[in-house]
Amino acid sequence: MKQEKTTVVEHHNFQGEYRILRLSAPQIGPMVKPGQFLHLLIPHYDRSILRRPFSIYKADADGVSILYKPVGRGTEAMRILRVGDPVDIIGPLGNGYPQQAEGKIPVLVAGGYGNAALFLKAKELPVKGVAFFGGRTAQDILCVDEFKELGWDVRPTTNDGSLGTAGLVTDAFDPWMKEQNIESLELFVCGPNPMLKAMGDRAIERGFTAWLSMDKNMACGVGACLTCVIKRQTEQGWEWARCCKDGPVFESREILWDE
Amino acid sequence: MNKPNLSIKIGSMEMKNPVTVASGTFGYGPEYADLVDLNRLGAITVKGICPDEHIGNQTPRTFETRGGMLNAIGLPGPGAKGFIKKYVPFLKQFDTPVIVNIWGKGMDDYGKVVELLDAEDTVTAYEINLSCPNVKEGGSAFGTETDSFSRVIELVRKKTQKPIIPKLAPNVPNIGRFAKAAEDCGADAISIMNSFPAMAINIETLQPELANRTGGLSGPAIKPIAIKLVWDAAKATKLPIIGMGGIYEPEDAIEFMIAGATAVAVGTANFTDPSTAYRVIDGIEAYARRKGYGSVSEIVGTVKA
Repeated sequence: MKQEKTTVVEHHNFQGEYRILRLSAPQIGPMVKPGQFLHLLIPHYDRSILRRPFSIYKADADGVSILYKPVGRGTEAMRILRVGDPVDIIGPLGNGYPQQAEGKIPVLVAGGYGNAALFLKAKELPVKGVAFFGGRTAQDILCVDEFKELGWDVRPTTNDGSLGTAGLVTDAFDPWMKEQNIESLELFVCGPNPMLKAMGDRAIERGFTAWLSMDKNMACGVGACLTCVIKRQTEQGWEWARCCKDGPVFESREILWDE
Repeated sequence: MNKPNLSIKIGSMEMKNPVTVASGTFGYGPEYADLVDLNRLGAITVKGICPDEHIGNQTPRTFETRGGMLNAIGLPGPGAKGFIKKYVPFLKQFDTPVIVNIWGKGMDDYGKVVELLDAEDTVTAYEINLSCPNVKEGGSAFGTETDSFSRVIELVRKKTQKPIIPKLAPNVPNIGRFAKAAEDCGADAISIMNSFPAMAINIETLQPELANRTGGLSGPAIKPIAIKLVWDAAKATKLPIIGMGGIYEPEDAIEFMIAGATAVAVGTANFTDPSTAYRVIDGIEAYARRKGYGSVSEIVGTVKA
């Protein structure tokens, strides 16, 4: 984990409302593991005092990229960043996705731009498989060609049927799952909470492994403030686990979902 | 020109510079150790410890507001024994005093937690939390009535020779009375201030933004409140004051010292920029040098009011 004064090297529209921000970060870039995130201080934005966490989409020796969508005051303010602007980041943070267990069949499952958090994992996994990407419309299904180039069999689903299967990710995943050696599946999942829970529930019911990247509002990002806690099952009951430090990736059986 | 002397004393605790971190914003030390050299801090103030393990509040626990944030974390923690086991071996490595923030669900807990911690050499001083706005038991219930406030301090005083530093609630009509009461009960210093009781409501769901409904406001928004409280308290007591509340820049810390604070704590700013404490230390030194002071303590209480 480092704090680095980076510079914007690329910032543009990607697809629909989604945007790419690339930062030169020679210290943090080489340290990144798939599924980790960075904590970004939005410059010139004096209404907010807290950093914003972003999944790391790409990383190499020179820097890091994030894929984001302006959804709130902070991300809206990020639009003004120009090439050459300084940006203070802390990273890489969190545990990231674990190494694939031996003999397992890897599956990627993402909702919306959640697949940005899976890209480095998709690249790293020695054997490629099926990737289920869900979104509201075709505009929300990102990076399909990139994942295909890595060798993934991408199966899109959209709520409005504008691309791939109509419906939710589960509508494509469920029939496929039934034809697999279910217990050998190892899912790497990132997306909205209902999708994470749907995949986690299936993993527990059907006896496969699912690594879920949990998203909770954060303040410090380094494990100090205890804002981003979720309930983690223990033998005695449950304990708080910090998404920023103990996560963001948890196995489905660890998570005690709030009703 | 000579380097001004940065060191200060809080009771028997020697700090190499007047800058610590505010309890609850820095974990127990290891959380920030990759980013901040703990040897550079004047003291490390750790998150509140009570005798037993405590689970804290439900989520959401924090909410960002304009120029600040609300928190209602609810003092989750490993308890005194858990702290000794999990964090003391880590904290031991540094040449920096450790201030342990202590709290209790009832009066007796304050004595109990000190009994459990006092044999640890790594524990340099106690900050007595009499002002947490987010726990029903204890906390601010003791800090807003002078009788119970005094009784807690007297109790802790009997249990330890180490410096004790009551942390005062901001929401009292006359902070000078509390400052004076702390002095009369044998405190070595006082901390001013805890976060200010506050609330935010979501206008669509009509629900409070925090699970605890209300929380404590911290960050730049509260700095002028804290400055006035320090100024008021400094007139009522001779005790050293650790000033805190919205310190983001060196100038903020210097303002606290001019108002009467001997030392300062960086709080919420750690979340924004973990290097804030460094900048504050360097900025205080530069100011003292520019003013021709031999020691940073010459800044303290220089306000012309």
